[in-house]
Amino acid sequence: MSHAFRTQRSRRAALAPALAALALTLPLTLAACSAAGETNLSAESNGSTGSSAESPAHAQIHALDVWAKATADDMKPGEGMTGVFALLENHGDEDLTISAVTSDSAGHVELHEVVDGQMREIAGDVVIPAGGSLLLEPGGNHIMLMAIQEPLLPGDEVSIDLSFSDGSTATLSALVKDTAGANESYHDGHDSH
Amino acid sequence: MTATDEHRAASPQGVSRRAFLTGGAVGAGLGALVGGAVGGAGGYALAGRTSEHLPFDPETVTSLGETGELPGFGGESLPCHGRYQAGIVSVPAAHTRYISYRLRDATDRAALIRLFRIITGDIEALTAGTAPLADPEKELAARPARLTITVGVGETLVDRVAPAERPEWLAPLPGFSLDQLGGGFDGGDLLFVVQADDPLPISHAARMLHRDIDRFAEVIWTQQGFRQSRGAEEPGVTMRNLMGQVDGTVNPNPGDEDFAALMWIDRESGPSWLVDGSAFVLRRIRMELDTWDRVDRPGREVTIGRTLSDGAPLTNPGGGEHAEVDFDARGASGLPVISSAAHIRRAHSTDPSERIVRRTSNYDDGNEVGLLFGCYQRDPLTQFVPIQQRLDDADLLNEWVTHTGSAVFAMLPGFQPGEMLGTALFGEDSDEPLS
Repeated sequence: MSHAFRTQRSRRAALAPALAALALTLPLTLAACSAAGETNLSAESNGSTGSSAESPAHAQIHALDVWAKATADDMKPGEGMTGVFALLENHGDEDLTISAVTSDSAGHVELHEVVDGQMREIAGDVVIPAGGSLLLEPGGNHIMLMAIQEPLLPGDEVSIDLSFSDGSTATLSALVKDTAGANESYHDGHDSH
Repeated sequence: MTATDEHRAASPQGVSRRAFLTGGAVGAGLGALVGGAVGGAGGYALAGRTSEHLPFDPETVTSLGETGELPGFGGESLPCHGRYQAGIVSVPAAHTRYISYRLRDATDRAALIRLFRIITGDIEALTAGTAPLADPEKELAARPARLTITVGVGETLVDRVAPAERPEWLAPLPGFSLDQLGGGFDGGDLLFVVQADDPLPISHAARMLHRDIDRFAEVIWTQQGFRQSRGAEEPGVTMRNLMGQVDGTVNPNPGDEDFAALMWIDRESGPSWLVDGSAFVLRRIRMELDTWDRVDRPGREVTIGRTLSDGAPLTNPGGGEHAEVDFDARGASGLPVISSAAHIRRAHSTDPSERIVRRTSNYDDGNEVGLLFGCYQRDPLTQFVPIQQRLDDADLLNEWVTHTGSAVFAMLPGFQPGEMLGTALFGEDSDEPLS
């Protein structure tokens, strides 16, 4: 079942062709380079995931504005939770469905939505439409890191791996920042993240 | 026609704007292009009327924000990358806010690296006209109006990172007899100089920076200064202070042969982490306008040594602001035309290395007015201090001005796309992502 998402056909996404051309010609090691705060994507471009040239779909996901909320000061090891936010653009011709989200920094990762102020795991498929995007933002859809062992401090970078239904993957590098926002209450008793 | 070409044809502006965004992120050519635009560009106006016919701010680029291309100077952006930090020799902005922070006790070297990683991204985004990560008021970023954010570090910060590398001058200045410090405008561990031609982006930038570093440091003071609004005067006109004087006539200019030797620290004159940085002194100078009101125009002109009408030296009142001062000239009575204690005589040094690059603004908080006297140099102990010592010893102006705040900061070297501001201070490992 495909889930209805708030997606946006942003001006950025509309520029997919120009970006795809860049992606094919430049090494995709963008993690440490966040000029203008706009891009933290580190797309997998080697190994079993294949380079963008071999499998253009892998370079079709572009992540912009990737960041994570710092964990609370009183976080207990193994119980930390926090949100990750980004704009994920699909610059390809095929819709992509997120099949798995993992992170070395979290024991468990879920894709969440916020409905009536309550956040909950998204039940259906999360699809990033071809030529469109998926906005992950405080108060809306987001990636939820759970069972975090080590505190995520402002200025840290946390890595999140996305897998897609076509077998491709992408790694996001999120800069950790403090924010007073992103306080959605959690449906099963956790009070915040 | 390829899809790319097709798109370009359909939306040429969009492509170029997106390309700028991508360029910084990709780190290659386009980013370098942005970086290359900063530095020696023209339009510097501190030195006075010599550049008044230059177009205003030829070095600006268009804000990358959604509304960056709309009419008005709000859409002008000053690139933050370059050999030197932006906001030091750019055309002085209409508004300047100085924000001084004290580091929290727990902010050690590792935390400082994280802090600088965050503020580097904030500065890149804000000055380009885009919202930093986690900015809840993204729309306020789009019209930067030549926003610059220049960062300086104080004594304590350097001592927590590289105490052996702290220059002797990075400490409170020697005391001067007339100083009345201690009023809450002294010192600090980390300084942001936030400048723009519009106060709104300054307020937004300051708020964003504050959110992001609150866990690391606390504000100990802010000071807000202003010059005349952009467009009120021809570019390049020397500003007037709130005593009515033309203020800033004699000032080294980036075009001068010896400018770099006065201004920018090199390997011989400072530690390696400060090469292409500069030493900044900020003095809060209160004006005693109630007593100044009792002084009539002749007395005011003698106090300074210049005319009030256009700042010409009293030895050549028709010669205009930039006429050479004849310190030896004597009047009919045999007394010097420029009084022995006139401000310009006391400030003047015959040693050409004993000069500073002034960058000042006025302040008026409703109860008190004065001057935020900022100056750059290689070494305050050999440049600002001897000048101020002479003024402290004898200056007619002292009757009506009081130094009530004092701070010294090391303004960091500039940074390039993909590089963290302050990398040279923190060393080789600071640019690596933390695991």
